[in-house]
Amino acid sequence: MSVKTLKIDGIDIAIEEGATVLDAARQAGVPIPTLCHLDGVGDIGACRLCLVEVGGSRRLLPACVTEVAEGMEVQTNTPKLQEYRRMTVELLFSEGNHVCAVCVANGHCELQDVAIQVGMDHSRFTYRFPDRGVDVSHEQFGIDHNRCILCTRCVRVCDEIEGAHVWDVAQRGAACYIVSGLNQPWGEVDACTSCGKCVDACPTGAIFRKGSTTGEKERDRAKLDFLVTAREKHEWTR
Amino acid sequence: MQSPTTTKQSKAASAKEHPSGDRRFKTLDMTMKRYQYKPDALIEVLHKAQESFGYLEEDVLTYIARGLKLPLSKVYGTATFYHLFSLKPNGAHTCVVCLGTACYVKGSNKVAEELEKELGIKMGETTADGQISLMAARCIGACGIAPAVVFDGTVAGKQEPEMALTKVKEWEAE
Repeated sequence: MSVKTLKIDGIDIAIEEGATVLDAARQAGVPIPTLCHLDGVGDIGACRLCLVEVGGSRRLLPACVTEVAEGMEVQTNTPKLQEYRRMTVELLFSEGNHVCAVCVANGHCELQDVAIQVGMDHSRFTYRFPDRGVDVSHEQFGIDHNRCILCTRCVRVCDEIEGAHVWDVAQRGAACYIVSGLNQPWGEVDACTSCGKCVDACPTGAIFRKGSTTGEKERDRAKLDFLVTAREKHEWTR
Repeated sequence: MQSPTTTKQSKAASAKEHPSGDRRFKTLDMTMKRYQYKPDALIEVLHKAQESFGYLEEDVLTYIARGLKLPLSKVYGTATFYHLFSLKPNGAHTCVVCLGTACYVKGSNKVAEELEKELGIKMGETTADGQISLMAARCIGACGIAPAVVFDGTVAGKQEPEMALTKVKEWEAE
């Protein structure tokens, strides 16, 4: 396997061909904020938080889906990137109804963490306050679309790890939402195995276990990684 | 586990006739067969279904999902992504108001507003009695006669709100 050498924020790194800039940055210990990335499932570059500047390219590139190349020079934390990231998070907040004080994920929310990480203390954009609805038809779980940021982690985890593909994205543009089955109530979807992986995958409090209240949603993120390693490499690592 | 022979038999049975006896499902079967039941043929199959059924009802979407062995949510997601596919039947009459730049400047938004008020529905909806569907288009290429409205496929130019209302009232009186 060939090895590529590149520089991330001035740090020299050697990593195997085919790895992403995000992999390389993690190896170098350079933190890049992410939301739609989830270890163990495929990347789609949806959230745009991991945007980086690559020397020679005028565009900003999402680190999670950009492959490393020989001699690449990557900047991950320029003032421009900081500004863009903060704006992205502000847009996410103004798009949905993210009210931390009454959310099951308060204190364990990746959107909240990212907001703190990028230093977002208010949104300069007007809140849309959409009326999106809640589906609690499943006997164990519920989905509150108001808290959804459309990262599609649930879609990918259900498709790639569980294999049931209960979820997908319906509609387009601002009308997009996560749909279960043929736009059925979640509880009526035959394909659902009630495995709960989507609950663990959800970065916010959008998908939750019934009966949990404010700040009670804690997830077992390592479980997904464990399952993938077990399935693909036949190594049971915990 | 089903033995390979039973799968074959059940496939043959499904290809014969849909339980409802609706022959349009047979057209769908033929289309899916032409694409060798490949999942990537989803859009082509949806086109065919839209063409022969007029809209994509739940039953049809489920049938396609089974045929192409695709998850239901994926089929629903694809069908709702494209504006060309509609999941509800269109009205007996359709009224398309052009909201392209030229028509808009010439006041097609007023026409649209008046029609919405008269019919009590929003753009993209159909009246409860299934008579009239109101739609918006982004430039139909008739800027010379702006503002343009398409009544049942016939383009009418230089539409004042009153003219459009008269036409729609004719339909309502039917």
